[in-house]
Amino acid sequence: MTVLTRARGAAVFLSAVLALGACGSSGEEPAGEQSGTAAKGFSVALTEPDHLTPGNTSSSYSINVLQALFDTLVVIDPSGQPQMRAAESVASEDQKVWTIKIKSGQKFHNGEAVTAESFADAWNAAAYGPNAWANNYYFANVEGYDKLNPEAPEGSEEAPKPETDKLSGLKVVDPATLEVTLTAPFSQFPITLAYTGFAPMPKAALSDPKAYDVKPIGNGPFMIDGDWKRNQLIKVKRFDGYAGPRPAKSASIDFKIYASRDTAYTDLRAGNVDLLQTIPPASASEAKTLLGDRFLATPSGTMDYLGFPVFDKRFENADLRKSISMAIDRQAIVNAVFSGTFKPMSSLVAPLVPGYREGACGEACTYDPAKAKELYTKSGGVTGTLNLYFSNADPSYEQWMTAVANQLKQNLGIADIKFRKIPAADYLSTLREHKQDGPYRNNWVMDYPSPQNYLESMWGEGNRMGWESKEFNELIVQANSADSMEASIPLYQKAEDLALAEMPMMPLWNWQDQAGYSDKITGVKIDAYSPNLDTITVK
Amino acid sequence: MRYAAQRLAQAVPVFVATTFLIYAMVFALPGDPMLALAGDKPVPPEILNTLRERYNLNDPLIVQYGLYMLGLFQGDLGETFTGQQVSELLGGRWEVTAQLALTAWIFELVVGILLGVIAALRRGGFADTAVLAGTTFIIAVPVFVVGYTAQIVLGLNLGLFPTAGTEDGWPLSYLLPGMVLGSFSLAYVARLTRTSLVENLRSDYVRTASAKGMRRRRVIGRHALRNSLIPVVTFLGVDFGNLMAGAVVTEGIFNLPGIGQQVFQSIQLQEGPVVVGIVTVLVMIFIGVNLIVDLLYGVLDPRIRRG
Repeated sequence: MTVLTRARGAAVFLSAVLALGACGSSGEEPAGEQSGTAAKGFSVALTEPDHLTPGNTSSSYSINVLQALFDTLVVIDPSGQPQMRAAESVASEDQKVWTIKIKSGQKFHNGEAVTAESFADAWNAAAYGPNAWANNYYFANVEGYDKLNPEAPEGSEEAPKPETDKLSGLKVVDPATLEVTLTAPFSQFPITLAYTGFAPMPKAALSDPKAYDVKPIGNGPFMIDGDWKRNQLIKVKRFDGYAGPRPAKSASIDFKIYASRDTAYTDLRAGNVDLLQTIPPASASEAKTLLGDRFLATPSGTMDYLGFPVFDKRFENADLRKSISMAIDRQAIVNAVFSGTFKPMSSLVAPLVPGYREGACGEACTYDPAKAKELYTKSGGVTGTLNLYFSNADPSYEQWMTAVANQLKQNLGIADIKFRKIPAADYLSTLREHKQDGPYRNNWVMDYPSPQNYLESMWGEGNRMGWESKEFNELIVQANSADSMEASIPLYQKAEDLALAEMPMMPLWNWQDQAGYSDKITGVKIDAYSPNLDTITVK
Repeated sequence: MRYAAQRLAQAVPVFVATTFLIYAMVFALPGDPMLALAGDKPVPPEILNTLRERYNLNDPLIVQYGLYMLGLFQGDLGETFTGQQVSELLGGRWEVTAQLALTAWIFELVVGILLGVIAALRRGGFADTAVLAGTTFIIAVPVFVVGYTAQIVLGLNLGLFPTAGTEDGWPLSYLLPGMVLGSFSLAYVARLTRTSLVENLRSDYVRTASAKGMRRRRVIGRHALRNSLIPVVTFLGVDFGNLMAGAVVTEGIFNLPGIGQQVFQSIQLQEGPVVVGIVTVLVMIFIGVNLIVDLLYGVLDPRIRRG
């Protein structure tokens, strides 16, 4: 199972709707461009989620549902810029202490008011070590995180019980104001708040977390309708008390759960499901012809890389690593394995991330077999067997690795290449423990559109390549504490240049999501951050 | 009655041995299931430890197994890594798989025996050759090819059956997947019936019955077929268990949330309790079905009953 993590949000225009939100009462029809006729429901194909508690899931399938059920403080518009949603403002003087103002008049589906405490409670629960929630790590930069996650004393496996269950960095100033103190300045903080892991929870979630996980109560335009029927169906319906900026335009959504994407695609063709957001790459060209303008291709933030074990003497030489990068014809592989749907990359961050520069990598990521061979010979080449590492989670990994191996054989004359196909459950610990002795597949699913999310997570301290650059780390710290997000970009770009010049890990390609929908629905506005299910109307 | 009790007593060691073996095999799978759950994202070691504690993953195999069996006898099948009760999870899934297996089983029983009888009676003729060719083809083609082709042609293009899911209930939703699942065994049933019947038709007692002037229909139906069905019944009995357990591919193609899908998923996630829970029930089904088959022999052949 591949767990995809993805922070998504959607464009939002406050102003007028905001004022309406403040005076809306719970029984009223939400304001919006709704037509007079009774709205109908539609269905969405989904893969079984793991949890539905926002703090306890990073699965993209869960997030798909949660984005209909919850309004996060901030959302990200299609251009990658943060916009306020449940928050009035998110501001800081020093990038370390952040003041979040929450819009008034918002309600949970059970009628409870959404206040600063709803956020503080949810975040404390997620950060509390003994709960062991999936998004625990996202709160590591909030002051007091260490107290909630005490380390096990030496010689013992068992961590002591935390003395407190509240993050000292969270302060509820008044019902509409939350003050967050981070451990270090972090200019990208507002963007991170778009992630559903930061969604608010009502008191009911804390008193019975088990019941909440199958029947979450949120503050979004849709509310859950009955329990989650495992492996079959999650039903949500319009929340009539919704006072926010994006009231639902349909009456309900049925999330139909499929075990196979191919089956979901067949069901879309048969008209049994209205929206499928994951058309298999192999069916992309067929779907384009069949669905016409009901086929949508959206660039995503997901990237594939080929990492080098820099800690291994054989891969110490940066020129050797560059020569391998130049010997790989990314476009040819994309055409052959992904029907041309992915985009060959010459940058470490995805195109939709602010601060992305096309061709940032330059010559080192441009296919040039002659130059590659020259550089390879000069650098001394690889001694012994070249092992290529990937996991068995998906058959496409072996397909593109085979193409890489063939090109390296042909262009650099490396004869002795072997595949190391590792069980998915073992793959990441292999990389973490630096047991790989050759280039390996590395994948990244974007959490939020900031260069920091890519650079610091993959090239920062304790990375899988064993690459150490003091200069790089300093640049990241500087960028994180820059005065604004705009001011941070040039610093991140400098760090990216450094990582590209030494090439401990080379970019390969950027993924694309392919969606299709039935002729029963209109107003489908999928972007990289959200499926925007609230905008869909049923004919 | 004593025979039945004896068979049941034999089941106890089988039960203990299989559950322990399965538990040990899941335990021996490489990798850390908790790390695999986290995907590409970092997990603080404290969190990993809390999770391992929760599922007793830090204990040695024998302790884990002991704790599991202790829970089992108190009616607690444990919980999955996503916090769902295994008993609850299996409850919903058994229904789906049982309906699917039953549909497939009835299909292979009725159509398989029918084809076998026709082929045997028209031995060497067109019908015989056609059955032989058809069953060879079905055995040769992998089940996912049959499944996807049937789904796209019969379900999507012709619209004769629902394409996927369980929304239309039994039997409509289960017809197509049942036929796909049963087609493979159907080929065996047809061939087994044919061979067995052909052999019996040549035997002395059939010739005697015919010579005595008994009507052909009665000779075949009452004498030859009844004897010919003994190996077929054995096969059908064992196969019912197989159908329950072996529907991974079919359940995937037709999106039926049954046991096969669950076993596959749970082995990947290394969820010991779920795998053992399912296998335990499967073992009991196998034992039960075999018991019924043994008792059925007696009905078909009185010599077995007395011996």
